[in-house]
Amino acid sequence: MTDNSTPQEATSASLQKKPSVPVQSTGPVGVPEQERDRPEAFLAVRDLKVHFPTDDGIVKSVDGLSFNLERGKTLGIVGESGSGKSVTSLAVMGLHRTGQARSRPDISGEIWLDGEELLGSSADHVRKLRGRKMSMIFQDPLSAMHPYYSVGAQIVEAYRQHHDVDKKTARKRAIDMLDRVGIPEPGKRVDAYPHEFSGGMRQRAMIAMSLVNNPELLIADEPTTALDVTVQAQILDLIRDLQKEFGSAVIMITHDLGVVAEMADDLLVMYGGRCVERGTAEEVFYEPRHPYTWGLLTSMPRIDKEETERLVPVKGSPPSLINIPSGCAFNPRCPYADIPKGGITRTTRPELQQVSGNHFSACHMSQEERTRIWTEEIAPKL
Amino acid sequence: MLVYILRRLLNVVIMLVVVSMVTFGIFFMVPKITGSDPALLYAGRTTDKVAIEGIRKKMGLDKPITTQYGLFLKGVVAGRDYDAGPDTTHCPAPCFGYSFKNEQPVWQDLKDKVPVTLSLASGASILWLLGGVATGVISALRRRTLLDRATMITALAGVSLPIYFTGLVSSAIFVYSLGWLDTINYPDGGLASDPGGWLNAMILPWITLAFLFAATYARLTRATMLEILGEDYIRTARAKGLTESVVIRKHALRSTLTPIITVFGLDLGALLGGAVLTETTFSLPGLGKAAVDAISTGDLPVIMGVTMIAAFFVVMANLVVDLLYAVVDPRVRLT
Repeated sequence: MTDNSTPQEATSASLQKKPSVPVQSTGPVGVPEQERDRPEAFLAVRDLKVHFPTDDGIVKSVDGLSFNLERGKTLGIVGESGSGKSVTSLAVMGLHRTGQARSRPDISGEIWLDGEELLGSSADHVRKLRGRKMSMIFQDPLSAMHPYYSVGAQIVEAYRQHHDVDKKTARKRAIDMLDRVGIPEPGKRVDAYPHEFSGGMRQRAMIAMSLVNNPELLIADEPTTALDVTVQAQILDLIRDLQKEFGSAVIMITHDLGVVAEMADDLLVMYGGRCVERGTAEEVFYEPRHPYTWGLLTSMPRIDKEETERLVPVKGSPPSLINIPSGCAFNPRCPYADIPKGGITRTTRPELQQVSGNHFSACHMSQEERTRIWTEEIAPKL
Repeated sequence: MLVYILRRLLNVVIMLVVVSMVTFGIFFMVPKITGSDPALLYAGRTTDKVAIEGIRKKMGLDKPITTQYGLFLKGVVAGRDYDAGPDTTHCPAPCFGYSFKNEQPVWQDLKDKVPVTLSLASGASILWLLGGVATGVISALRRRTLLDRATMITALAGVSLPIYFTGLVSSAIFVYSLGWLDTINYPDGGLASDPGGWLNAMILPWITLAFLFAATYARLTRATMLEILGEDYIRTARAKGLTESVVIRKHALRSTLTPIITVFGLDLGALLGGAVLTETTFSLPGLGKAAVDAISTGDLPVIMGVTMIAAFFVVMANLVVDLLYAVVDPRVRLT
C-alpha cells in the first residue's frame, strides 16, 4: 500500500465479513509474523506489481494494485486493452509462474486467497489450487480449448486432476456440468470436439470446465467478447446463476461497461497498470470522480440517446507501459489536465483518495472541482 | 471417415496414373529426340534389320503410342506377354519392361534392391524421428540455455554436413580406425540370410542418414513447440492445475506432431525412392544406386521402373500421412 488514505479493506464488499474465515495457523503457539497482516477478505490483493523485463525496458503491466473481494460477490475490473486487467488475473491464478523461467515477469506484492498468501507459496502448491479453488474462463473459447481433444475429455481432465475418481464417474460429472450450463443433449455432446460447437455453446462448455471443481473464486476474462450480442446476455445470466448456486467470488474482467453494469457489485477502473477509481458499481456509474471513468461512460453507446448525439471517445491511445507518462498516467489524454495548478499532473502521480465510504479515485483535481465537472458537464450529456 | 479414406485412395490411384503417363511419355520421347531406337538398344551391337524388326514387333514398339501405353499400364498392373508367335515371353506383374543391358525384366533386377532401401529408410527414420523430436522438445523447454544453444549448433552442423562427408568420416572412424564394425558389405540375402551382417552394414548408414534428418526435425520441433506453448489452450491446461509435464506431453506435444507428420511423410517417401547419396557412399545395393547406375548407362526401362516405384512410395507415404492426420487432428475427419 502506497499511502495511508487507502486502507486495506477498501471496497464495500469487504464490510460483509464472513465470520468463518478458516485460519491455517503455521504454529500452535506463536503467531507467525504474517498473521498480523492476514486480511479478513476472501481474496485480497495488495500492492500487486507485475513487471516484464524486455529488451526495450521494463513493461509495468500492473504497477501497484490493491483490491478485496468477498465470497458471493462480483468485482468488475474495467479498462482498455493493455491496462493490466488480464495480467492481474493471470497473476492471481499464478499463471505467470508457469512455463519458461526466462519469460516470467517480476511479481511483487501480496495475493491472499482464503487466508493464504499465494505469491510466497510454492509454485506447485498454487498449481494445486488452480482449477479447484480458483479457476478461470478465457476470452476466446475456440482458441482456449484444445482442438484435438473432445469437450468431454477436457472437462474430465480438469475434474480428475483434483478428484481421485475413475473415468466413468468423471464422465458422468462432465455430462452433468454440460447439462447444468444449458447444453442440449449433453450425453451426446460430451464427445463432440470444440470446433463442432457454436461460439456460445463453446463458452458454455468452457464455463462447465471452469466450474467442474466448484471453485470458490472464478475469474472471467472478457467471457463474452468473442460472442454474439444475443449470446452475451445468456452467458452473463449463466455466470450469475452459477455464482448464486455455488456462492463463488467472481472477478469479471471486461472493457465493456454494459457487462459489469449487469453483473458487478464493485467496480475497479484500471488505467496504465493502476487503479484510477474504485467503489461500488452504483458509485462508479452514477458518481464517478475520475476523468477516465467519465471518458468510458461518454464513449458507451446508449439506446436511449438521441441519434444526433455523437459518442465521445477517449482521446488518444492507451499509454505505453514501458514509458508510462510521468505524473498522472492519464494526463496526455485528460481534457482537464491543466486545471490543477503548477503542472502537478505532469510531475506527480496521484494516489487513490477517498471520495466517500469505499469509493476512491486517483486525481489531482479537488473533490469540489470534480463534483462540479461531473454534475455540470458530464452527467447531462449521458 | 470411410469417405475420407476412399477419397484419399482415389487420389493415390490418380496420382500413380499421372506419374505412369509422364514416365511413359519420357520413355517414348527420349529416343525420338536423341535419334536412337529402343529396338536397336535391345538388340545389342551385332544385329541385322530382320532381328531389329522382330524385336520391334515383339516389344510392341511398332504400335501407336496410346496402344503402347495401354500395354505398359497392363504390364505394370497385371503383367504382359511379349508376343512374337512361337517366341512368346511372359513378363509377370509388375512389369516395367526389359533392361537394355541384361535383358532381364526390370522388376527382376529391382526387387532385390527394394528391401535394402526399405531397411535403410525405415531404420534411419525411426532414429531421426525419436532423436529429432526429443531434442527439439528439450531444446524448446530449455530455450536460450546453454543446452539449447549447443543442440541447435549441432543441428545446424547436421543440416550443413553432406552425407558423403559424415558417411566417410564415420566409416573411417568406426570401421577402419576403431574397428568396432566390420567392413560394410551388405549380405546378399539381406536380413533373413545374415542378420549380423545386415545390422553391421546398416548401422552406420542409419546413423549418418538419421543425423542429417534429425537436425531438421529438431529445429522444426523446437520452433513448433515454442509456438504451441504460446497458444491459449496451453494456458487453459495450466489454469486447470495440470502439472507441467502433463501440459507438455499431452497438450503441447500432440499439436507439435502435426507439422512433423507432414514433413516426415514427404521425407520418408522420398527416401524410399532411393537414398542415392547414402547408398552410394556405403555401397548399399538399393534403389538409389540402381537408379544412378541405370542413368549412367542410359538404361531407360530401369529408370522408368525406379521412377514408378519411387512414385508409389511417395504417394503411399502421403496417404499414410493423410490418415495419420485424421487420427491426430479430429478437425480433419469431416473434410
